[in-house]
Amino acid sequence: MSVFVTAVCAAAVRAGTSVLFATLGEIFAERSGVLNLGVEGMMLVGALAGFVTTVRTGNPWLGALAAGMAGGLLSLIHGVLAVTLRANQVASGLALTIFGTGLSAALGRGVIGVPAAGFHAVALPAISRIPFLGPVLFQQDPLVYLSYLVVPAAWFVLYRTRWGLDIRAVGEHPEAADAMGIDVARTRYACVAAGGVLAGLGGTFLSTAYTSMWIENMTAGRGWIAVAMVIFATWDPLRAVVGAYLFGGVNALQLNLQAAGTSLPIYLLLMAPYVFTIAVLVFATRETARKRLGAPAALSVPYSRTG
Amino acid sequence: MIRARARTEPSPWAVVAVPVISTLGAFLAGAALLALAGVNPLVAYLDLVSDPFGSVFGWTETIVKAIPLILTGLAVLLPARMRLWNIGAEGQLQLGAIGASWVVLWTPLGHTPVAVPALLLAGMAAGALWCLIPAVLRAWLNVNETITTLLLNYIALLLVDYLIYGPWKDPASRGFPLSAPFPPAARLPALIPGTRVHLGLLLALAAVAATMFLLTRTRFGFEIRVLGDNPQAAQYAGINLGRNILLVMAVAGALAGLAGAGEASAIAGRLERGLSPGYGYTGIIVAWLARLNPLATAIVAVLLGALFLGGDGLQISLGLPIAVVSMLQGLIFFFVLGGERLAGYRLAAPTPRGAAAAKSR
Amino acid sequence: MAGEPGHLTVDMRGITKRFPGVVANDGVDFEIAAGEIHALLGENGAGKSTLMKILYGFYQPDAGEIRLRGTRHRFRSPRDALRQGIGMVFQQFMLVPSFTVVENILLSGPAHTWRIDAGRAAAEIAAQAARYGMAVDPSARIWQLSTGEQQRVEILKLLARGADVLILDEPTSVLTPQETRDLFATLRRLAAEGRAVVIITHKLAEVASVATRVTVLRGGRRIGTVSAAETSSQQLARMMIGRDAVDYVRRDELTPGPEVLGVEDLWAQSDRGLPALRGVSLSVRAGEIVGIAGVAGNGQRELGEIVAGLRRLTRGTLRIGGYDRTGASPLDVIRCGVGHIPEDRQGVGVAPRLGVADNLVLKSYRDPRFGRGPLLDRRAVTCHARDLIAEFAIQTPGPDAPAGTLSGGNLQRLILAREIAGRPRLILAFHPTRGLDIGATESIHRQLLTQRRAGAAVLLISEDLDEVLLLSDRVAVIFGGEVMGVVRAGEASAEEIGLMMGGARRAEAS
Repeated sequence: MSVFVTAVCAAAVRAGTSVLFATLGEIFAERSGVLNLGVEGMMLVGALAGFVTTVRTGNPWLGALAAGMAGGLLSLIHGVLAVTLRANQVASGLALTIFGTGLSAALGRGVIGVPAAGFHAVALPAISRIPFLGPVLFQQDPLVYLSYLVVPAAWFVLYRTRWGLDIRAVGEHPEAADAMGIDVARTRYACVAAGGVLAGLGGTFLSTAYTSMWIENMTAGRGWIAVAMVIFATWDPLRAVVGAYLFGGVNALQLNLQAAGTSLPIYLLLMAPYVFTIAVLVFATRETARKRLGAPAALSVPYSRTG
Repeated sequence: MIRARARTEPSPWAVVAVPVISTLGAFLAGAALLALAGVNPLVAYLDLVSDPFGSVFGWTETIVKAIPLILTGLAVLLPARMRLWNIGAEGQLQLGAIGASWVVLWTPLGHTPVAVPALLLAGMAAGALWCLIPAVLRAWLNVNETITTLLLNYIALLLVDYLIYGPWKDPASRGFPLSAPFPPAARLPALIPGTRVHLGLLLALAAVAATMFLLTRTRFGFEIRVLGDNPQAAQYAGINLGRNILLVMAVAGALAGLAGAGEASAIAGRLERGLSPGYGYTGIIVAWLARLNPLATAIVAVLLGALFLGGDGLQISLGLPIAVVSMLQGLIFFFVLGGERLAGYRLAAPTPRGAAAAKSR
Repeated sequence: MAGEPGHLTVDMRGITKRFPGVVANDGVDFEIAAGEIHALLGENGAGKSTLMKILYGFYQPDAGEIRLRGTRHRFRSPRDALRQGIGMVFQQFMLVPSFTVVENILLSGPAHTWRIDAGRAAAEIAAQAARYGMAVDPSARIWQLSTGEQQRVEILKLLARGADVLILDEPTSVLTPQETRDLFATLRRLAAEGRAVVIITHKLAEVASVATRVTVLRGGRRIGTVSAAETSSQQLARMMIGRDAVDYVRRDELTPGPEVLGVEDLWAQSDRGLPALRGVSLSVRAGEIVGIAGVAGNGQRELGEIVAGLRRLTRGTLRIGGYDRTGASPLDVIRCGVGHIPEDRQGVGVAPRLGVADNLVLKSYRDPRFGRGPLLDRRAVTCHARDLIAEFAIQTPGPDAPAGTLSGGNLQRLILAREIAGRPRLILAFHPTRGLDIGATESIHRQLLTQRRAGAAVLLISEDLDEVLLLSDRVAVIFGGEVMGVVRAGEASAEEIGLMMGGARRAEAS
């Protein structure tokens, strides 16, 4: 039984990593006050960019680099619309998702069914032999290890550096930040771009690590789940891990049940992650209201310097 | 003391010029991307325009595609007037198809003369119920409806899959995921013989008129407009936010459900995959380009329907995936959003926090 | 970097600034010398804030130049100004509510330190605060602090940045008298160290107690600069207003009727969950105006919201027209015949993109004369609007013009028309003349008195003590969520009321 539990937990970490990257990215964007609903689109574009680059160069790390860049570039469109042009951020994010989904599908038609030399799981020496934690955490793809570094880095930047203070100020009270000489626009652009880069990484994890293939719409809504997870995480990088791995767990369980030949119909099982996310959202909304925690006060409100 | 306000009402010139120029810009950008994909943009665009508008058949097919777009456009527009984002029109459309199929295939009504009205009503009811789920969550628990409506899309598509691979699978379909075909009594009649333009067109236009009437000449519409303009003023005026959320979303879901019932009955003739190439999502763009004005949705829906039709054609002639249409739609959306702002005005559309700001009692 | 007393620190010459429809500053000269407390005096709209915002880099002047210690400067942003040692404390504090004091001060610090050491910063801040006699807890979150404490954080922020020119915009409008005294003591210490302090104000008393020099602005122009010691309140008032102050409204004696509004032992919480009202009991009768005097933040807003049905009470009863209406919703309250002129007219009182006509039926659209069943009769609505527009002299291009295009005064006329047209028996008037010019203010006052004469009960909440004293038959002073005392018009002096506003109970005050 414990073998099963270990296997499920390891699968949970694996399945949750893509969402984790995307959630961390969106946390940065939202902390600076910009709502970016284009995560799904950025992830898909990142997935394709990473896959294609891996196919062409044979090096998945170059693929990851390309994915990050692609996601970042795409996010800048939203940045321009949301920050400089002060357009409606929900609409702009939706446009980004529609565009990114279409763009990745259109450009990706040539690589459907093409094999790629993606990442392979690498067991870290020594620590991978720790009972339970070893197999769960340290026998994963390199990108998973990257995520282990990004989480504490994100936390540190947000809470222990000047940049993080600026970011949080811009998201809570841009007028005050502006009055104190912080460049609100530049901070927001940087955070939106960071969100794009991380979303791209989340996407390429799916196409070069979790699997090594490209399928249209392969993220299947993970970008949206990430947006929900940001709320569950109360905009905190550490809690994002909990949400992402919980999602991963539900996903892993559902896959395991399928494989075990359960009598439950496949399609109902496949609904589980989405139902789970709705439940998480309900729970998170009630919790933040109860504890008076909340979204960054200036989230999704365009900023302009008025009298 | 005069307070300077940014223009919220564009000049009449701008209302037409901005979308037109923006669309041109979008197509330019699209051309660059098509070239990247190894396609000659001029050839592609020529096909894109000539297919829907180059022949009578093209025109009728464009209208066929416009019918569900009008309905999903209204399904997004109405809640948007109240600062609610209904991203779930796609799922509500699917539920509408499911509801219609249920009446036709699993009740005796499918072979009777009342089959058509019954399936349409069932589709509307199913769509309304599907939209009520996020509405209730929003009204009672203040859960963000943008995400919940969207997640329900994925669930709805899986529900369709479940039904057509499982309990509703047509035994005669030789393994293809299809439901049994609708009997002739349950097919929406054609309006123009020899074409696929069906009764749904009249229903869609009626929906446009009804929505316009609702907004301008009823108390419910008044409350929607006040809630959409200033939720705090609405609370101050004693308008009940929760009740109106439920009502508006139910109506919106019913409209999208009607689209689904129409597609299942008139076009596909059964419940199957791919009833909608993304009409629900395009509905968002329809609503936005129409500037949340019901009358304009008809025109915008025709244009975007033409885009879909052209995209279909490109699939055949150039082997491009239908996703190119999404790409172009996304670009148009970007450019219109940017163009509006460059022209100095802002569409009075929903902001996610606006409706949440009013304390619910 | 403080200069010697008397040395010219800032010299603004010929500053002109135009906004659409108004010239905010018209060729204004303004100097600030080190070591002085310079009061910038004027009424609402005189251009004082605009002038200082130009100095602070928030706006760019259309004409004129600024010299700092002899060299010409152009401040393109507050960051520029801060770098040169100029800092401004606004009426709305530029503090992040969810951050701690330390985080807010760090935010304003120099950007080159990338790591944050909250502990050491806290100690430094505490020391700095003590030096200037400001009591502040570095680890408290801003939303937990009183306005006086928040203001101290604002000042500390600027000092941390090395500001030697400090500009304060209407600093005492949110302070109790005691806090005002503390603030002035701090300002004197800062000036004594060679810094320059500018305080923007419209209160003559403040000028008298703390300023060394006074510059008066009126209508965007500089009227004059005098030394505080060599002038009088009358002279300053005359410069500010351009004429002698006139007692323009007279209230006649009326016998009040039965109680229309009654609250008994009312308890309520603020948005933060802290107690905002502690056992308030009050009664307003037909034909009388009861005014609530008090510094903002002492529970008036919560009291107003409860009576309007916009907030829940935790204990106590609410009576309207003699009937128990505890827990009434806004709709119930509207149906009881209560008119409500809200504090935030733009944010709450109107739907700006809807037409004037729609806004005029914002509450009465349910009335049968505007339509049968679910339908709304547009013609009836428009007719009704035309009548009200004429009767209340609302200046608008037409009944369908968006309400947001109306000027402040006309907007208030619209709201008044809407609330009063239904002949309400109770009128809740919250800050009814805030931000309005004298003409609009006069007409609002006249309307309220007319309604009073017609038998309506009026509950007036206003931060303008003069207005409260002018209009009210009885004045209830609120402090810390409790009523300190209720006085009849003319029975208590402004000073006595001021003491009650600062926390002294009625018995102690007299």
